[in-house]
Amino acid sequence: MTVSVKPGKLIKGQTGDWEVVIGMEVHAQVTSKSKLFSGASTEFGGEPNSHVSLVDAAMPGMLPVINEECVKQAVRTGLGLNAKINLRSVFDRKNYFYPDSPQGYQISQYKSPVVGEGEIVVELDGGRTATIGIERLHLEQDAAKLLHDQSPTMSCVDLNRCGVALMEIVSKPDIRDAEQAKAYVTKLRSILRYLGTCDGDMEKGSLRADVNVSVRKPGGPLGTRCEIKNMNSINFIGQAIEYEARRQIEIIEDGGTIDQETRLFDPNKGETRSMRSKEEAHDYRYFPDPDLLPLEFTQSYVDELKAKLPELPDQKKARFIESLGLSPYDAGVLVAERESAVFYETVLDGLADKARDGKLAANWVINELFGRLNKEGHGITASPVSAAQLAAIVSLIGEGTISGKIAKDLFEIVWTEGGDPRELVEARGMKQVTDLGAIEKVVDDIIAANPDKVAQAKAKPQLAGWFVGQVMKQSGGKANPQAVNDLLKTKLGI
Amino acid sequence: MTDLTSLTIAEAREGLASKSFTSLELTNAHLAAIEAARSLNAFVLETPDQARAMARTVDAKIAKGEGGPLAGIPLGIKDLFATKDVRTTACSKILGNFVPPYESTVTSQLWRDGAVMLGKLNNDEFAMGSSNETSCFGPVVNPWRREGSNTTLVPGGSSGGSASAVAALLCMGATATDTGGSIRQPAAFTATVGVKPTYGRCSRWGIVAFASSLDQAGPIARTVRDSAILMRSMAGHDPKDTTSVDIGVPDYEAAIGKSVKGMKIGIPREYRLDGMPAEIEKLWAEGAAWLKAAGAELVEVSLPHTKYALPAYYIVAPAEASSNLARYDGVRYGLRVPGRSIGELYENTRAEGFGDEVRRRVMIGTYVLSAGYYDAYYLRAQKVRTLIKRDFEDCFAKGISAILTPATPSAAFGVGEKGGADPVEMYLNDIFTVTVNMAGLPGIAVPAGKDAQGLPLGLQLIGRPFDEETLFSLGEVVEQAAGRFTPPRWW
Repeated sequence: MTVSVKPGKLIKGQTGDWEVVIGMEVHAQVTSKSKLFSGASTEFGGEPNSHVSLVDAAMPGMLPVINEECVKQAVRTGLGLNAKINLRSVFDRKNYFYPDSPQGYQISQYKSPVVGEGEIVVELDGGRTATIGIERLHLEQDAAKLLHDQSPTMSCVDLNRCGVALMEIVSKPDIRDAEQAKAYVTKLRSILRYLGTCDGDMEKGSLRADVNVSVRKPGGPLGTRCEIKNMNSINFIGQAIEYEARRQIEIIEDGGTIDQETRLFDPNKGETRSMRSKEEAHDYRYFPDPDLLPLEFTQSYVDELKAKLPELPDQKKARFIESLGLSPYDAGVLVAERESAVFYETVLDGLADKARDGKLAANWVINELFGRLNKEGHGITASPVSAAQLAAIVSLIGEGTISGKIAKDLFEIVWTEGGDPRELVEARGMKQVTDLGAIEKVVDDIIAANPDKVAQAKAKPQLAGWFVGQVMKQSGGKANPQAVNDLLKTKLGI
Repeated sequence: MTDLTSLTIAEAREGLASKSFTSLELTNAHLAAIEAARSLNAFVLETPDQARAMARTVDAKIAKGEGGPLAGIPLGIKDLFATKDVRTTACSKILGNFVPPYESTVTSQLWRDGAVMLGKLNNDEFAMGSSNETSCFGPVVNPWRREGSNTTLVPGGSSGGSASAVAALLCMGATATDTGGSIRQPAAFTATVGVKPTYGRCSRWGIVAFASSLDQAGPIARTVRDSAILMRSMAGHDPKDTTSVDIGVPDYEAAIGKSVKGMKIGIPREYRLDGMPAEIEKLWAEGAAWLKAAGAELVEVSLPHTKYALPAYYIVAPAEASSNLARYDGVRYGLRVPGRSIGELYENTRAEGFGDEVRRRVMIGTYVLSAGYYDAYYLRAQKVRTLIKRDFEDCFAKGISAILTPATPSAAFGVGEKGGADPVEMYLNDIFTVTVNMAGLPGIAVPAGKDAQGLPLGLQLIGRPFDEETLFSLGEVVEQAAGRFTPPRWW
């Protein structure tokens, strides 16, 4: 698969422009009830060592048995990444001694991963996109958690997380700046959440990224890379790349060379620091795990999973643009988070006339609702205005019962007090006045009372807006704006 | 009552069914024999209370006519099998007094079928050895001695305790495991019958792992029939072991006495080693003649990659072992020798907990898997393994039913006699048996005669995958022709 790499933002150094080359390894915890090779629960936040099977604790004679649900999730993810699914893959042992690995090895996939090459399209500022290649996706066991703050003399080990299934998703080195990197993780996370294969919760560590960064003169040979480990925030990923790229450029421009090493990002200081050098790197002595047979399934198994995949963000976006006439930007905003898309589609379901009001609904979700939610620091799932309520508000506008201005007042009432928008409109007399006779009287009164303004408006038709404002004011905002406009045009003769 | 211990499983089964004696009587006879034979060091843990309790339970069942296929039969269990609430150590210091809260699949099937556990049997540490001298509980003594000599001989290994106990009438049969010959070689050294089933025939769940792709559980018994009876209970698919195969378990005993007429038996030319003792050569020819007399056809066959099997085995097995034994780190169970850091804790624990041979193999295994050496050693050995497998496949494709070879290149040797200076001297014991593990095939060792010094020698039959039945039929022919051998009691 060839992907045309989108040039990124170049960094100016003393010797000219530099290009950053970034590749990422994202570890995504598979959504499954039990662990990759044992029946223990994957639930987060249990008492330490309460979700541990004999296999997880590496008791003598215990054997791993693959959890088919995890395989299914990996294949579904591969399909979501437009990737090649390998019908035969192999589990290997990655050997190392550390208390986070009771077996003394991690079961992973080394030479033959379950998913091969794929690609995803990521959204950049200003409606631009970039296509990022996927190198592979493989399944592996998560490690145990070490607690160093429980005792002055000892470290404690919590095996709850040990053996939980992870998908390691490796990108090609197609990412060219921090913005693309952030967009990549954002998009990847979105796809995983749409698929339901990973909850994408970065705070709980369900999604973490190792970021490989190197710099070079544009188009020149690749530089030596450094790997920044265990990033669990999209913003930190951006900051770490910016810092690391500048650090490397400064070293090279000062005549130094980059040491290939593993680094950690310190969010407090905003800098990366060395964790271990290449010389200290482990020799993991990978070899095929003799306790497990190669993982094999049929193409029809894959086809079946493919047929049952949910609509993914790109498809959904295209559909919103095509069938509802949304702008690519609006459609992009709505599909970015699965919950937003679900909310918007629930609003659509509640509309009386989707074709008429679908676009209006998008505006309301994005501008009024998201704006207000952001201001109040709420997530979409905690929105005080339900999708059904918003659908009712939008329908009231669409059918001409209330004006957009009144709708904002109504939205405010629903936000703070709740209630059925239609009933509120009735009960509080918020209905738009479409009785032409009533509006005409108001118009006549205002024209009669303001002859100077009439003269001005006749000379300069744009000034008719003043009359519109006056009419709306006197009618308490309830006059139908279209009717007011039409009447004014006739009466003023403009 | 002591003569109860000389019964075969098949005979005891009849005696129990006809109420000639109870399982408790049979069990007590064996417990007494074990107590009297402690000098053999075959048992590392005797479980008399549990044995009697199990016997009583099964006696009650027999009385109601509910006994299983092994109802009331007292067995010994190799200490590699995890036994619930009973110390399991793999005869390594590093497991200390580890008591598993679980029962291995194979032993649980024996108890399901009514067998009685007498105790845990000695073995080479983590099953690494061919003489049972690497056990942290000390060497097992072979009940056999050279004629006119008091020299203490090894029973072979790694299932030395199993072989010695069965030969010395301390238990009616025993579980064992075979990674490179650990069932068949000790069986040959003690005039017992040992079966290494097809890889995947018995579950490995709950058996302390040595080399996962080679390890296989099997029985050691005093007759071919007894080994077939035990096999039926030990074998079977286990969803907890992905490498166990879902094929129905046949009635192996029905294969005993089945005609071998017309079967083509391969005699592999590559097993004729330079400097092989004449008596081994003679034994082999004799075995061939017995099978011929029973109607089988003998065919010379070629297994051209045989000579690479041992070196390849000593790469693959230690590689897997180095990884399998990484879990013994002093953190969760077994021995812990503290240190100032986690690294020191590991080093101290493993240095103190593992014996020399285990350490040697862990180091070999670590080396052959290391970056830069993997391709030259491990990968190459795996390729050799494929070729060895193909040798057998080609042979079986030509209509060969089974292959006849000597079980070992010599009879039992003295304690401390071999491998002291050069471990390869010890490794050569497995020269005829490792190919079978490398190819995942079933093999049986059957007593076939004695050497000039009166020590037992065995023949090996190698079968097609999952065709243990043919091995039982052929083994029975050998046993009928050679007779049975019991060591004179001196202990």
